[in-house]
Amino acid sequence: MSSPFPYKPAPRQDDPPYQQGEPVAIFIPCYMDQFYPEIGESMVRILERQGVNLVFPPEQTCCGQPAFNSGYWDESRPVIRQFCKVFAPYRWIVCPSGSCTAMCRVFFPHVDPSEEVLRVSRRVIEFSEFLVDILGVTDTGASFPHKVAMHIGCHGRRELGVFDHPMKLLQSVRGLTYCELPNMEECCGFGGTFSVKMPGTSLAMGQSKKENIVRSGAEYVVSGDVSCLMHIGGILQRDPATRHIRFLHLAEVLDSRI
Amino acid sequence: MSDHASHLDGAAFLKNENRGLYEPSPRFENLANACDYSSKNNMAIAAAVPGFQDWREAAHQIKKYSIANLDKLLVQFESQMKARGVEVLFAEDAAAANRMVLDIARQHNVQSVVKGKSMVTEEMELNHVLEDAGIRPIETDLGEYIVQLARQRPIHLVTPALHFSAAEVGKLFQEKLGEPYSAEHAALTAIARKHLRAEYLAAGMGVSGCNFAVADSGTVVIIENEGNAGLSTATPPVHVVTVGIEKLIPRIDYLPLFLNLLARSGTGQKLTTYTHLIHGPAAGKKLYVIFLDNGRTKVLQDPQAWQSLFCIRCGACLNACPVYRRVGGWSYGWVYPGPIGSVLTPHLVGIDKAGKLPFASSLCGACGEVCPVKIDIPHQLVHLRYRAVNEPSPMNSPLERLTWRLWAWAMGGPRRYGLAMWAVRLGVRMAKFLPWHPGKLGAWTRGRNLPRVPSHSFRSWWQKRNSEKGRP
Repeated sequence: MSSPFPYKPAPRQDDPPYQQGEPVAIFIPCYMDQFYPEIGESMVRILERQGVNLVFPPEQTCCGQPAFNSGYWDESRPVIRQFCKVFAPYRWIVCPSGSCTAMCRVFFPHVDPSEEVLRVSRRVIEFSEFLVDILGVTDTGASFPHKVAMHIGCHGRRELGVFDHPMKLLQSVRGLTYCELPNMEECCGFGGTFSVKMPGTSLAMGQSKKENIVRSGAEYVVSGDVSCLMHIGGILQRDPATRHIRFLHLAEVLDSRI
Repeated sequence: MSDHASHLDGAAFLKNENRGLYEPSPRFENLANACDYSSKNNMAIAAAVPGFQDWREAAHQIKKYSIANLDKLLVQFESQMKARGVEVLFAEDAAAANRMVLDIARQHNVQSVVKGKSMVTEEMELNHVLEDAGIRPIETDLGEYIVQLARQRPIHLVTPALHFSAAEVGKLFQEKLGEPYSAEHAALTAIARKHLRAEYLAAGMGVSGCNFAVADSGTVVIIENEGNAGLSTATPPVHVVTVGIEKLIPRIDYLPLFLNLLARSGTGQKLTTYTHLIHGPAAGKKLYVIFLDNGRTKVLQDPQAWQSLFCIRCGACLNACPVYRRVGGWSYGWVYPGPIGSVLTPHLVGIDKAGKLPFASSLCGACGEVCPVKIDIPHQLVHLRYRAVNEPSPMNSPLERLTWRLWAWAMGGPRRYGLAMWAVRLGVRMAKFLPWHPGKLGAWTRGRNLPRVPSHSFRSWWQKRNSEKGRP
């Protein structure tokens, strides 16, 4: 169920329309690059199967979100400018994280409303948005015969309005049994530095999410935001009773074949 | 939290004791369920109204106009009211407002005061001031009455005793009022009614808040469901209205819009049971309106923060907030809890005292989604975080700034990034051999496992693949 109260999706620059063969840059968030490389690999395979011409600008580092969310905008500004310099040549910048995409598209202008930053900021697009809205793909030919619960990260859902996109993609996966998460719209408690600045509250929210995952009966928790999953997964793994529940990024599910 | 200490003294977070916001209390399980239920219910009711989203936008624009024209609207309201024999007073801070109330009470030889629900009087800590002056205040809103009997603070803006079960109320009434125990809602309200009826008749003065102060017609608007505000304001010979200056709206024509939004977002009602429009004193009675600034005009110095003054105190953001649901209202340390409290409190009491509050959020955005006047609360929170680390506040830490400077340097290019990430990977690999995890690492591993470090990074995979393909 998407929200009856639509928030206000940040403007996205979709014009001129995507042309087949046009270079598409990929932005792999720093924690994903280092801890979950297989997600980026899955995304590359899915997009290349659709004939997308992918480029990975090797000078890329981070979107600046950790410092920004902690209030250190002056420290995040050079990182944001570095991002915009690296990605300036590209019309399409695809990122497999709702949260990092929201940082680029929604929060870059808070820190630096300059023309150079605005131009790049609006071109950053979340992976499932790119598949559904730009490529018009809802079926990636995937097959995943398992019970799956979906967790939609709050930043993607509320700042970008990304909700229907991952749901549509999941629906077309063969053999997949969808398990509705009770209280799906409630935050998992990660919240970036919130998770270590107010760990008690963050963990209490994570525990509720864990209980709801167990209640849903899912074997896998899938999300477009692996930062939430790092937190939820860490909690699931800590508890012997929930250790069997695995977590995957949406791209890994869409890339799976029997 | 006991109400003996003043709000600010009792505020755990303000004294650098973060227990409340760090460690949620399991006793708030009922609170969490009630909030979750109200939030879903009220949202569904609102969403069923065609054009509800347009109402929100319209209300936002009207509030924006009101805050930008406060000076004119206050004068207009005052002249309308004065013409009908109302005394309109302006208090710069809580202490000044309290002096005014006490002066009025002494002038009319008041022994006891019946109170309608008012958050502004919580800001003033009026009950303590009255008690110290030998005047007995009686809260007449059922929730406030319960909280006052229990000598606690309201836990929620709209439903102050949300954390009480009927059984707990029954025990409280038994203990404090000497009534036979019951957990039946009807029996409990009958007990409260019996005790309050006598108080209305005996009181020398009624004190109320004000939901909207309408400038063009000079109207004090009070909404309620129990009839207690009507009795508190109409029965005693003197009525004192306390109202924050931001409660002004320019025209009476706009009132239906706000009544609709407030009732639907606050309690899921189409309209509240009673709506009082007060234009002047009844024959032979006195009416005073005290406008309270108490830090509100300071907010005007920061145009980014004006939105925080749009709040109509409906409590929808509290119900929606996953943090509020777990820590409850007292953890926020002052009068206004929840997401809007994390925005308002730093403005009203100072970032130097309450600079930690904007960090009590995962920035999930649930609050911004439900706000009936479209206050962009999550973005207000990040703005306040920026101010909190740059102005004198408990969050202004030279050590943390140094850490982020180092981080910014490390993120300045792919080589430095590679070096920093090598260190992070090594740290995460080594962590399991450490007997004890310090600081932020310990905060993470307290309840979560660390991720496994894979053998390669994405960028090394990409490079390897491309060199195999013979691409750069």
